[in-house]
Amino acid sequence: MGGKILLASIDIPGIREFGVYRASGGYAAVEQALRGMTPAQVGNEVTKSGLRGRGGAGFPTGLKWSFLDRKSDKPRYLVCNADESEPGTFKDRYLMHHLPHLLIEGLIISSYALGVKTCYIYIRGEFKYLVGILETAIREANKNGFLGERILGTDFSLNIYVHPGAGAYICGEETALLESLEGKRGNPRIKPPFPAFKGLYGCPTVVNNVETLATVAPIIRMGGEAYAKIGRGKSTGTKLISACGNINNPGVYEIEMGLPVEDFIYAPEYCGGIANDKYLKAVIPGGSSVPILPADLMLNTARGEKRLMTYESLADGEFATGTMLGSGGFIVFDEDACIVRNTWNLAHFYRHESCGQCSPCREGTGWMERVLYRIEHGAGKMSDIDLLVRVAKNIEGNTICPLGDAAAWPVASAIRHFRREFEYHVKHPEVVKNTSHGALNYEVESMIPDSGTGVNYW
Amino acid sequence: MQNDNIIQHPQFIREGKQVAFAPGTLKKVHELILRYPEGQQKSALLPLLHIAQEELGGHLSVDIMDYVASLLGIQPVEVYEVATFYSMFYLDNMGKYVIEVCRTGPCALAGSEQILAHLRDVLEIKPGETTPDGIFSLREVECLGSCGTAPVMQVNTEYYEKLTPGKVDRLLEDLREYANKNKPGGSTWVEKFC
Repeated sequence: MGGKILLASIDIPGIREFGVYRASGGYAAVEQALRGMTPAQVGNEVTKSGLRGRGGAGFPTGLKWSFLDRKSDKPRYLVCNADESEPGTFKDRYLMHHLPHLLIEGLIISSYALGVKTCYIYIRGEFKYLVGILETAIREANKNGFLGERILGTDFSLNIYVHPGAGAYICGEETALLESLEGKRGNPRIKPPFPAFKGLYGCPTVVNNVETLATVAPIIRMGGEAYAKIGRGKSTGTKLISACGNINNPGVYEIEMGLPVEDFIYAPEYCGGIANDKYLKAVIPGGSSVPILPADLMLNTARGEKRLMTYESLADGEFATGTMLGSGGFIVFDEDACIVRNTWNLAHFYRHESCGQCSPCREGTGWMERVLYRIEHGAGKMSDIDLLVRVAKNIEGNTICPLGDAAAWPVASAIRHFRREFEYHVKHPEVVKNTSHGALNYEVESMIPDSGTGVNYW
Repeated sequence: MQNDNIIQHPQFIREGKQVAFAPGTLKKVHELILRYPEGQQKSALLPLLHIAQEELGGHLSVDIMDYVASLLGIQPVEVYEVATFYSMFYLDNMGKYVIEVCRTGPCALAGSEQILAHLRDVLEIKPGETTPDGIFSLREVECLGSCGTAPVMQVNTEYYEKLTPGKVDRLLEDLREYANKNKPGGSTWVEKFC
């Protein structure tokens, strides 16, 4: 099982408990950092490691830390973004469930580097069972002198608190998360000012993803330069990929950056191929917000090179023939999956999760959903397809936060690569209507008149 | 300032009931409030609403929201605007067990539509409704972050994964039995915070 960094100790029985984690070399990085390094040295190691934000944007973590306003006399905060709500992504949940102490360890070292005395873990409310696991881990760390006042006899003090959200995808956006943490609605803030200057309670704040912060511990243990040697190019280290959809082995896998996508999908130690001996049709490789790619473009780039699991390779060809690594939510579609239905499903998601602050997103996501609904349910027009492209284009880039882009990209890319499937839906309304299955039959009966015209959706 | 005329929406009916946390819960609540800096007690709003919803009747009535506002020293409207934003807070009366079926992409690929159809058939209610005996409420929710074990649903925030109609039937049977014995559907928020 070589090459595992984050999940190296996951198979040790009882690793969730402090004693077992400590005995397997846990919290050694905390001792190493607090006793032998200055905060600036810790920051340097993270910069040298080339670690990039694992939440989706892939922004260099060391650089993000360097923006923190260190001249301000206000308290600084570190907020761990555990509001994992991106469809297809469940890696942070897995990490926190099995290795809560690895996250705590990463939080202590990061807080030390940033000069933070209070750290909040903002976890989505649905993960209530994890709140108990994290609180237990925090209490254990406290009891053993790794949290609280004067950690390990140094001048450094830190408290970590778990804060549950309450079911809002938008709170994964860092400024919406801060609003929510302040006890408000999760409406994203206009940037600048960036959280590094005005974040939580108007104080300098760093917001990082769970996986990013957990990775800081092994980086300190092995050194930034050694970490940077793993992976490929600017995509250093390993990445947790949560694979789901029509594959034989759904689950969370730690891969070294640079693994060919084809190997990831078909190797028995990863996804294990497409379920039920079917063929690969398409993949959304980085959570539902990134563009969908058909099988041929997913396995090889438009230039004919093998597509690799790195930030750069997945983005090769930009949005015309590429996609993004995003959060690592790897959703696989087999030959039978209906792209139109999936696009409608995701459009419903974004309409539901739009906070409603910016008109293009609030209105546009609803329009896209309704147009997709009528195409999927046999009441679409040919002009609807171009209408969707236009609406998506008018949302993209015209909103305060990236949720607008995230809603537009799946629709635009599905039409870009699967236009013929959309056209088929329009041309064959009877076939489409009859293949609708499951729960939606109820809606189809009541909401679309037999004539197929005039959809009374709402 | 509490002007009854401000609130006209049918969901916002102030019943005038006296609500309060049990002393043990109240102690925990005050500890939670102390986790946030001086002057920022409002931060504790989401955790408090979770606890209030769970311990004071399964949904957030106006009386409960007013009570939470008084605990935090904020205006009631600051609570209303938050309670109406987040999908985990219920403003209407809910059943004893709230069944929330994930409907988003990966779960739909794995058959969540059939699971939901099955629940509708068995419970004879639509999403958003409660059975007449008050035991079950059915809701469709967005991604629960359990896509590798789809299809998934939550009952009172406990996860039930890799569902099949048969599993759903067995679960409903168990829950009906629990309801007779007056058992809660899972562990509480207060237990989670230590």
